[in-house]
Amino acid sequence: MQIYLPIAEVSVNAFLLLGLGGIVGILSGMFGVGGGFLMTPLLFFIGIPPAVAVATEANQIVASSFSGVLAHLRRKTVDLRMGTVLLIGGLIGAAIGVVVFNYLKSLGQVDLLVKLCYVVFLGVIGAIMFVESLRAIRRTRRGAAPARKRHGWVHGLPFKMRFRNSGLYISVIPPVLVGVCVGVLAAIMGVGGGFIMVPAMIYLLGMPTKVVVGTSLFQIIFVTAFTTLLHATTNYTVDIALAVLLLVGGVIGAQIGTTIGTRLRAEQLRILLAVMVLVVCGKLALDLLLTPSELYSIASGAGGH
Amino acid sequence: MLRLGFLLCLLALPLKAEEVVLGLSSDKVAITATFEGLEILVFGAVKREGPIPETPLDVVITVAGPSLPVTVWRKDRRFGIWVNTDEVRLDAAPTFYAVATTGPLDGVLSATEDLRHRVSIRHAIRAVGAAGMTEEARRFAEALIRIRQAQNAYQMLENTVSFDEQTLFRTEIRLPANLTEGSYPTRIFLTREGRVVSQFETVIDVHKVGLERWLFTLSRERPLIYGLMSLAIAIAAGWGASAAFRVLRQG
Repeated sequence: MQIYLPIAEVSVNAFLLLGLGGIVGILSGMFGVGGGFLMTPLLFFIGIPPAVAVATEANQIVASSFSGVLAHLRRKTVDLRMGTVLLIGGLIGAAIGVVVFNYLKSLGQVDLLVKLCYVVFLGVIGAIMFVESLRAIRRTRRGAAPARKRHGWVHGLPFKMRFRNSGLYISVIPPVLVGVCVGVLAAIMGVGGGFIMVPAMIYLLGMPTKVVVGTSLFQIIFVTAFTTLLHATTNYTVDIALAVLLLVGGVIGAQIGTTIGTRLRAEQLRILLAVMVLVVCGKLALDLLLTPSELYSIASGAGGH
Repeated sequence: MLRLGFLLCLLALPLKAEEVVLGLSSDKVAITATFEGLEILVFGAVKREGPIPETPLDVVITVAGPSLPVTVWRKDRRFGIWVNTDEVRLDAAPTFYAVATTGPLDGVLSATEDLRHRVSIRHAIRAVGAAGMTEEARRFAEALIRIRQAQNAYQMLENTVSFDEQTLFRTEIRLPANLTEGSYPTRIFLTREGRVVSQFETVIDVHKVGLERWLFTLSRERPLIYGLMSLAIAIAAGWGASAAFRVLRQG
């Protein structure tokens, strides 16, 4: 069944979108990631204009993170204070991101920027995850526990604040900076940024793992909601019909994925995810590196101003 | 129409005035949520006072979409990757254009008539205000045509108009699914030995309707409300999914 998307102005198969939502939902359920960093490039591949894909994906992430954060709130694994500090940074970052996005759009370079960001981040994250999980597999074979260092340069900064849920007494500067980075990425790449924020919270801020996911979801809801509004009011690129189709597939897939995820080993899951991330990254990189069959491209008039 | 017939009489051409009587299978196209494109049947007859003249007539039919400004980019290799480097802005180019004829276009329409009426795809684009277009800019315009032809947005349909007894003609033009809204001027030319002897013009209206219309208008005129609505739907869906699956697990 073909469906005409009112904002993207393209006609796509509704079952394809439901299926994509479902598959990414399964993956996000299995791996505990938002899935935006996989969904947005997949939307490029099926011919959704990048600007629409990025803005709409932000809207979809609001739904999936809201669904996730409710579960964490019930388990009291959200550090609201830390979340708020990250959020302040995130909102600043999102505003910067949308300004950069619109400026490059006027230069005709937005597709390049979005794709480059994807290649760089997917490449780096994919490689790190791959190496990390290989090491973890070896470590579990040897049976040694990883050690974590308690003090770093982070603890020497001013404006200290107490975060009770995380059991931390640290400066607010690093969390705000992490928030800004994630906000910029959310606006430019149409991702929640959990895949950047979660490692940063664990390794940089030293937060306990149990509050990390809930807190990052809490922050992501507000940053992506803000991003959605900014894109909707400045670019008119949020396609609600597209978002709803992806959502329906996504929430069902996420529940299936969670069930599958509990039956597989964590390291194997991470390696699978790493390989998938690297494949998507490779496909995007090839598009940039190989000589395109058509050197010219059309930016519709609406995109010019 | 009348004026043209009158003009032909005044010029005292050897041929009797021949006029087009036209029909369209639909003169309104509604883009609904499940719009998959549409075949439009263009048909009609040649109305004459006298007998059918010896030299045969030909029919040329064009359908054009609304013209919008377009920026064409060209990629070049910079630091090893392909980047958009050069751009040419065309003030207006039709979002859709189809030409259907009874024979090869250069056979049924002379070059001067083509230029005057802007019939062929090349002239329909070139008409858009690139007077004194440089060689470089022309290459961008040609790329635009090439890309849109590949997307089926520009169609050259030679030999697709059937023309019975020099009187009844018909052709089908396929409008793709990703249509732009607006009025689609449709022209029919009767030509003899490359010259246009009669011309008729009508309009096909293409509009989003129902939900599509409403969402599109809301997103442009009340973007804040549209954005808030998108968020409300997202949050409701997220909450709904969480609640539904909690019930499922418990039950």
